[in-house]
Amino acid sequence: MTVRVFVPLDTSACARGAEELALALQTRCGDDIELVRNGSRGLFWLEPMVEVETTQGRIAYGPVKVEDLDGLLEAGLLQGGEHPLQLGLTEEIPYLKQQQRLTFARVGVIDPVSVEDYKANGGFVGLQSALGKTAQQLVDEVKESGLRGRGGAAFPTGIKWQTVLDADPGDKAQKYIVCNADEGDSGTYADRMLMEGDPLSLVEGMAIAGLAVGATQGYIYLREEYPQAHKILNAAIAAAEKANYLGDNIQDSGKAFYLEVRLGAKAYICGEETSLLESLEGKRGMVRAKPPLPAIVGLFGQPTVVNNVISLATVPTIISKGPEFYRDYGMGRSRGTLPFQLAGNIKQAGLVELAFGTTLRQLLFNFGDGTRTGKPMRAVQVGGPLGAYLPESQWDTPLDYEAFIELDAVLGHGGVVAFDDSVDMSEQARFSMEFCVEESCGKCTPCRIGSTRGVEVIDRIRQGENAEDNKALLRDLCDTMVHGSLCAMGGMTPFPVLSALNHFSEDFESNPGEAS
Amino acid sequence: MSQSHWNPQRVQTLIEGERHQPGALLPVLHAIQNDLGYVPPDSLPLIAEALNLSRAEVHGVVSFYHHFRDTPPGRHTLEICRAESCQAMGSRRLENHARQRLGVGYHQTSPDGEISLEPVYCLGNCACSPSVRIGDKVYGDMDSDKLDQLMDELTTQAVEVR
Repeated sequence: MTVRVFVPLDTSACARGAEELALALQTRCGDDIELVRNGSRGLFWLEPMVEVETTQGRIAYGPVKVEDLDGLLEAGLLQGGEHPLQLGLTEEIPYLKQQQRLTFARVGVIDPVSVEDYKANGGFVGLQSALGKTAQQLVDEVKESGLRGRGGAAFPTGIKWQTVLDADPGDKAQKYIVCNADEGDSGTYADRMLMEGDPLSLVEGMAIAGLAVGATQGYIYLREEYPQAHKILNAAIAAAEKANYLGDNIQDSGKAFYLEVRLGAKAYICGEETSLLESLEGKRGMVRAKPPLPAIVGLFGQPTVVNNVISLATVPTIISKGPEFYRDYGMGRSRGTLPFQLAGNIKQAGLVELAFGTTLRQLLFNFGDGTRTGKPMRAVQVGGPLGAYLPESQWDTPLDYEAFIELDAVLGHGGVVAFDDSVDMSEQARFSMEFCVEESCGKCTPCRIGSTRGVEVIDRIRQGENAEDNKALLRDLCDTMVHGSLCAMGGMTPFPVLSALNHFSEDFESNPGEAS
Repeated sequence: MSQSHWNPQRVQTLIEGERHQPGALLPVLHAIQNDLGYVPPDSLPLIAEALNLSRAEVHGVVSFYHHFRDTPPGRHTLEICRAESCQAMGSRRLENHARQRLGVGYHQTSPDGEISLEPVYCLGNCACSPSVRIGDKVYGDMDSDKLDQLMDELTTQAVEVR
């Protein structure tokens, strides 16, 4: 009897040796196993994690190296046998069991490019039911779910869709669904994991979005840095076309939706929606002034939905299980779940999907188990390079969009990067400005020039040159950037800078010897 | 690699394969760079002509994106992640080590033409920081020793090929 064995093809699992392991396992076991390349469960310190299907359920082993295979096979790996690397039933691993996986329910479970596997696990139920609903019904359900844009800006998805549904596409009669898969924030990898582990949920979400607003063409704007996701997405789209879930007559409904992947070219700014649209049009990724909103004048001048990967991949769950099901998770105006991503100096780095409302401390210590270096944790940056650095006194704040705004911080796309006490926060502040110099599109002055001046001013502070005056100047500069920039790049770069200055002021005392 | 890669017919074929789609410029540039390793400056007039753009517009796009290069790369391109998650796990040391070992800075190629060094801002491998990328393969949990080993493997293979 062939045993189903799972070895992830996720980028991070492969970075830890999953590819070599899969090859070695296949060579040794041949026809005794059916090797499935799944996505990752997101418990990265245990990757490569091998799972074996048994009558009791899937049993996990990890982290498995090629040289462990002989011992594992001897111990009865294929029957789920005992071994020091055995982790028990996958679903019972506490890190996984304590999560509320809605959007990531299938990631790591199924073969990402198998329509059959996807359907056997609840896939395409949402699209099938969407085909029988009116556009307005679909938009209403997304509104009722309380879903807000998971890219970081947290704008209500249903309201955006309503605007596109109501917009007149003019003579060209074309509307677009654009998926923002330019996941550039450091410390975030949820989009990548989803596209590598359950890409059909994104395909399904985009097709539903198309039905909801009357768009027939979709684009996934994927960053060039994700070659594995690129391959898997293309394979998933081909599989969906073959099974008639994409194309000119979806499931014989008479409704059409076409989807293609477009690659970015390493520009952080292209994660900003208007810059992304310019890039898709084949131009420099220069930010557009708003209004007009992309919902009204978007790609090629037509009404366009621009949504993040996670937002779109969550839509099938909302449509298949009902808006109330999703809305019942979360707190305040932050409804549903957010896939948090633990990164940086953390022992148990991984993906943790939870309802809004838990605290950062729970994430960092209950899930993350403290720093990887074993030194005390000192600062945590939440929400990517434009997010604030939080000191320990703020780690008990509930993870909720509004609670973070009150701290001059953001949840953003859910990235959490931990630093131990060896971090120099003035160096981090300098990097925030330097990153803005590197990645600014250059259209508006506060961002283009302000960031360059910001690096210079921080250098002077670090060298102890008129430190107090220069700190006042830095605050003034940050104020100009916040209020005068066209988009979040210049407008939010001050968040990490000022949080470092406010909460870690001791790192800005003159230290001429160390300044570089 | 040298300028001998410049081949107008080849470039023309690549342009032809991508030009008939909305917003074709990035797909065209990717096709050329995938094939030749860079976007030769001499290809700009051909691209401009095919897409009905000015040369300045094409140049503007090539120079805007960090990914596109107008000179041939080394035999391998080593990208080191410079973003925060990797910084938290010692990427600044790793960068310095790579620069010293290769004797070049970012956007340069080692004198033997083996390795081009490029910065990258996040590879999405933040659970295993610090990360580097060579070709389409991402490596995590990097330190100076592992990076040396990787670079040794790259250059050793090159000798065997010869």
